[in-house]
Amino acid sequence: MTDRNTATALDPAAGSQPARRNAALWQFVDDYSLILIFVALFAVLSCTVEYFFSWDNVVGLALSVSQIGMVACTMMFCLASRDFDLSVGSTVAFAGVLCAIVSNATGSVTLGIAAALVAGAVIGFVNGTVIAKLKINALITTLATMEIVRGLAFISSQGQAVGVSNEAFFSIGSAILFGLPAPVWVTLACFVLFGVLLNKTIYGRNTLAIGGNPDAARLAGVSVDRTRIMIFLIQGAVAALAGIILASRMTSGQPNAGEGFELNVISACVLGGVSLMGGRASISGVLVGVLIMGTVQNAMSLMNIDAFYQYLVRGTILLIAVLVDQLKNRRQSR
Amino acid sequence: MSFLQFQGIGKTFPGVRALSDVSFAVRAGGVHGLLGENGAGKSTMMKILGGEYIPNEGQLVIDGQPRAFRSAADAIDAGVAIIHQELQYVPELTVMENLLLGRLPTRFGLVDRGRALAWTREKLDALGVDLDPRTRLKQLSIGQRQMVEICKAVLRDAKILALDEPTSSLSHRETDVLFRLVRDLKAQGKAMIYISHRLDEIFELCDAATIFRDGRKVADFDTLEGVTRDMLVQRMVGREISDIFGYRERAQGDVRLAVRNLTGHAVKEPVSFDVRAGEIVGFFGLVGAGRSEAMRLVYGADRRESGTVAIDGTTLRPSDIRSSIRSGLMFCPEDRKEDGIIGVRSVAENINISARRNHLRAGLFVNDANEARTADSFIQRLRIRTPHRRQEIRLLSGGNQQKAVLSRWLAEKDLRVLIVDEPTRGIDVGAKNEIYNVLYELAERGVAIVMVSSELPEVLGVSDRVIVMCGGRITGQFARHEANEEAVLGRALPEGAAQPSMHSTRTA
Repeated sequence: MTDRNTATALDPAAGSQPARRNAALWQFVDDYSLILIFVALFAVLSCTVEYFFSWDNVVGLALSVSQIGMVACTMMFCLASRDFDLSVGSTVAFAGVLCAIVSNATGSVTLGIAAALVAGAVIGFVNGTVIAKLKINALITTLATMEIVRGLAFISSQGQAVGVSNEAFFSIGSAILFGLPAPVWVTLACFVLFGVLLNKTIYGRNTLAIGGNPDAARLAGVSVDRTRIMIFLIQGAVAALAGIILASRMTSGQPNAGEGFELNVISACVLGGVSLMGGRASISGVLVGVLIMGTVQNAMSLMNIDAFYQYLVRGTILLIAVLVDQLKNRRQSR
Repeated sequence: MSFLQFQGIGKTFPGVRALSDVSFAVRAGGVHGLLGENGAGKSTMMKILGGEYIPNEGQLVIDGQPRAFRSAADAIDAGVAIIHQELQYVPELTVMENLLLGRLPTRFGLVDRGRALAWTREKLDALGVDLDPRTRLKQLSIGQRQMVEICKAVLRDAKILALDEPTSSLSHRETDVLFRLVRDLKAQGKAMIYISHRLDEIFELCDAATIFRDGRKVADFDTLEGVTRDMLVQRMVGREISDIFGYRERAQGDVRLAVRNLTGHAVKEPVSFDVRAGEIVGFFGLVGAGRSEAMRLVYGADRRESGTVAIDGTTLRPSDIRSSIRSGLMFCPEDRKEDGIIGVRSVAENINISARRNHLRAGLFVNDANEARTADSFIQRLRIRTPHRRQEIRLLSGGNQQKAVLSRWLAEKDLRVLIVDEPTRGIDVGAKNEIYNVLYELAERGVAIVMVSSELPEVLGVSDRVIVMCGGRITGQFARHEANEEAVLGRALPEGAAQPSMHSTRTA
């Protein structure tokens, strides 16, 4: 992580020993504040909420955030490059429906999955191409594709949930491997994969550079358009994967699935310290962001808090997270 | 009698002392120059005057009254106006609306455009500023926008005006207009503070000057009579720089960069030129002459309409930056903040962003250890002042940012042609000298260098050959020994233009 102390930029020799130790402490709190908050939250809930601290509940929690988690990985890239994607919720629904239809029609779950993944990638490719090549604002572009793809989901399913006849399909969402459900493993794999991509490859570093300053990145030899298209394409495919898993867990492809999903994913990213201004993102932050969202939701359900209030709480948490981030930034630049 | 006094001003940010015990006084009806390298404390001082920062020690005294500004609004109320480098205006609104922002005259609750227009015309005439009140700000040149900004301050009845690097993006003619206005305001009895890196301007405009270094006042001049340029520079940098250009003779090889019949946006007539290995070619022209545009075409940053660019005889793919870089043609853009640095990324990232493709592990993974070594070695070699390589580059001073952008290309193993556009804009004297030395070293290694600059002394002082552009075409070429101010400037001016004043073209 970077040293956020402006003071040292002006004069490296500045600051006495205790002052420097103080600064280092602040630095530590800055860098790990989110993790500390999560640990504290988890500890408090474990002590106060009945049934919260049990293996079954924790696994259930992980399962409940698995779809959000895997898409948050790719949304992180999207936000880090200063873009935005509202179409993932619709893609989740469409992929689930398509997977169910193709599986039923061909009798092959593999073909169904392949079709859904390809469709997701195509949606992402269209998003990326329109945004990067035609220079249309990402918000508007993906708002449009969000509507279009949701429409496709309803049209192809004729507005009905599409049940899957093949039993094998259900195992995707329910299989247990080494004590954890398969979707949780997939999500963990996504975190590892995209963490490595972000931090260790040119693709990831260029994503951050584009988000930091697209013009400068281009002049430094970054293929900006290609990278942006790639980010959306991967995002589409991963959203489709989430849609397939969701369909499997619900035993049918539902055209109204994943409504508001895109906002939950973006919230988790922002909560995890990904800057909407681009150029700043960390995979550990996103992981913690996802976990905080899931934990709060889970605890509220256990406490039998009305679902209507959960919206209220989620919004408030997001607002606080953004405010804290803003305050941190302000302290750095003053 | 001093109208404005700074008394023992000190400002501390967490962990650093930005100003300590600074006192000086500004007369009404005078222009007071503030000098110092970047980071010396001038801008902090201006922010204190403008109410943006609250000093930890000391006070401001205006017209005998001690003042403690708590906000920018307090400063405005007290008659202080600061014209920042980055102007603050509404581009979509007209000159009139900008001048009357927040206090447009109304009739029955509606804007009384007639009255507003008449008022604005009258005021602009009184100031001798020739602008149509109905033009939108975005349609004006930078210089004209600045004029509007100054008018706004004057119309608010500001008694104290501080101008922070006002001429950094002005043409000669705009600079002349600005200077006339400054002199008028001085005659009206305003107390003015003028910050500039251009010493010629200080000599031309200012009656008195204060020099800052490392957050302290190091010298005060009540008058600039008998003060020499060297005296100022020496106090600013704290050491002697006899010749900031330090030109070194060197051998030249074959033609490395060959540009033929290049045309594109703002380059109407075909541009052709060669640069040899080891040669530094200076491109001079007034603002809008098409130099930067031409260089962006050469690099492939903008789409070209026609023409070819070849490096060592191999023609490059048109409008393809990556092909340019792979062929050894690299470019440091004019606008460092917008096009050069990636502000929120670290110094190391900014240095390694291009060259890292040559050092991947397993052809895929970024080699962090190698990149750290590269970054540290450039930080040391070019003396980039940063606490460490992980510092976000936006927190560095302009000169250090420029050195990092240069390092980005120095890190490339096959650098053959380097184009630098305004490499020393907004950079202090010491850092300028260091950047020139980098260019000389590269040239000695056989790199062909193109340096675009609006500073005539710099072009004359550093280049082996000078090419002059005007109105989107090449209008003159001079070998080093033939190039002099008059000849070069003569070619840079549009046909029929009056000779500009020589204020910013005096050599060191």
